[in-house]
Amino acid sequence: MPKAQTLTTPAVSGKLLATAAGFTGLMLLLAYLVAFDQGALSQSGMYLHELMHDGRHLLGVPCH
Amino acid sequence: MPLNHRPGYIQLLLRGLLAGLAAGLLAGGFAYLVGEPHINAAIAIEEAAAPAGETTDDPLVDRDVQSTAGLLLATALMGVAFGGILATAYTVLRRHLRTGSDTQAAFGLAGAALTGIVLVPFLKYPPNPPAVGNPDTIDQRTYAWLAVVVLGLVAVWAGVLAARTQSHQWRRAAAGTAAFLIVVTIAYTLLPTFREVPADFPATLLWDFRISSLGTQTVLWTALGLTFAGLLSRLTTGHRQTATEPVTTA
Repeated sequence: MPKAQTLTTPAVSGKLLATAAGFTGLMLLLAYLVAFDQGALSQSGMYLHELMHDGRHLLGVPCH
Repeated sequence: MPLNHRPGYIQLLLRGLLAGLAAGLLAGGFAYLVGEPHINAAIAIEEAAAPAGETTDDPLVDRDVQSTAGLLLATALMGVAFGGILATAYTVLRRHLRTGSDTQAAFGLAGAALTGIVLVPFLKYPPNPPAVGNPDTIDQRTYAWLAVVVLGLVAVWAGVLAARTQSHQWRRAAAGTAAFLIVVTIAYTLLPTFREVPADFPATLLWDFRISSLGTQTVLWTALGLTFAGLLSRLTTGHRQTATEPVTTA
């Protein structure tokens, strides 16, 4: 009987940790873009900020 | 080639991003149906309260676009970001999670995130609709909110560590709960409190908005955890099928 529902995840090496940390940083930047950016990151002025206004409120981010 | 049966970080990551996109869109649909009526009601109150002449400034984005495409874009992007982080956490932490089930591991991580970055912050700093909140304190409120998000995750982590010090099942549950609650209590006590709801803002509207925001975030994390676990399970099933195929190499 094979052990059910268990995948072998990749070995956690220094290289994997560095890639993982870099990618997590990228994802946090994306979250920042939605939650807080007012044009500095998006370079779209206040357009993206205004566009995602309702999402910010409903995702619980402090606003106004 | 046994290495083919071991998914790499990229394979797990793509599944996390896909699950995040799906969960974000679903949460956006929920937010549109359940949350938008309250946002519109709050904006109507905001505009009625503004002195005449101050509400005529040309908006950068139409309300219709904000409440549909803008809302979906925000929840979808946030879902993708959370999905990427969940898959990364899964990759790095899977070997340390003491369960033989991938579904339990993936769903457990999503549950930990829901508790740490949604429920704990929600009870300290419940989200506010438009027309509530003093613009002068937005910086303090933002930093305090970020702090409670981090401390929420620390509380969950402390709970897991404390539970692991015990071997008896009941003691594990008690130690985990106690450590979690101690960290949350310290965080709630130390962090500042903001009371900025205008006295004449309708209490029912505030409640309804906050519940719809909690619902949006709960839908996002629940759907993300379930979808990611489902995609992992397909990965396992696929490999098992491949593994049982007769070897036909010449």
